[in-house]
Amino acid sequence: MAELTLKTEGDKHVVVTRRFAASPEAVYRAHTESATIQRWMLGPEGWSMPVCICEAKPGGKIRYEWSDGKGAGFYLTGEFVELEPFRRIVHVERMHLPDPTPDNHIETTFVPDGDGTLMTMRMTLPDAKTREAMLATGMEHGMEASYVRLESLI
Amino acid sequence: MNQSLDLAFSALSDATRRAILSRLAIGEATVMELAAPFAMTQPAISRHLRVLEEAGLITRRVEGAKRPCRLAPKGLAGIDEWLGLFRRALEANYSRLDEVLAIQAKRRKDKN
Repeated sequence: MAELTLKTEGDKHVVVTRRFAASPEAVYRAHTESATIQRWMLGPEGWSMPVCICEAKPGGKIRYEWSDGKGAGFYLTGEFVELEPFRRIVHVERMHLPDPTPDNHIETTFVPDGDGTLMTMRMTLPDAKTREAMLATGMEHGMEASYVRLESLI
Repeated sequence: MNQSLDLAFSALSDATRRAILSRLAIGEATVMELAAPFAMTQPAISRHLRVLEEAGLITRRVEGAKRPCRLAPKGLAGIDEWLGLFRRALEANYSRLDEVLAIQAKRRKDKN
């Protein structure tokens, strides 16, 4: 089963694991090729990612822009630090809401697991308070929530 | 389940109120600041803020005519609740990735 695990480690870390029924190469590519990223890293239903810059090389830039198609949106920027093809990605990212959130350092590994891949994403935030804020904003990003949707209901 | 927890979960069942909470997780904000970027009416925001306040999830202080809101320190009793909500967010993305990977695998198979 592709059960997601999510836990905190110490004061500053969040660790996510997820199994995928595909090779490490396919899962790694899905995290580093913009055309693929734009198909899944979308957050709430109805949102899209019109801009996806993903320069998968050390020092390469990341810029993801999300839009709900009705004028609401936000973006994330980051930089790649290290890439070991099909095995490991180290990058830094921050959300702009529109003020930038503190940097989130993320190491993602892809390990063969039977005929699939076990992905582990280890996030490091500057401190416990920032970690909490990151979880909260990440929650908003991924959830079906939007102020705009409410607007249409009132 | 005690009554205050019932109120908190009921307040969290609404997508807009969750969005307001995540905005407040970054820091204190006035009703105007909460409403502005989304072109929402202030009365609509205020209604949601009342629910969140009654559920003990936010507190408001008086500052002249403004009543800035912030997360109540003990409202979401810490990291566990945020983790639960963040998990749902990730799950949505990763189920979508499962589908993308399945389509790619099928294409490769069809080609061979």
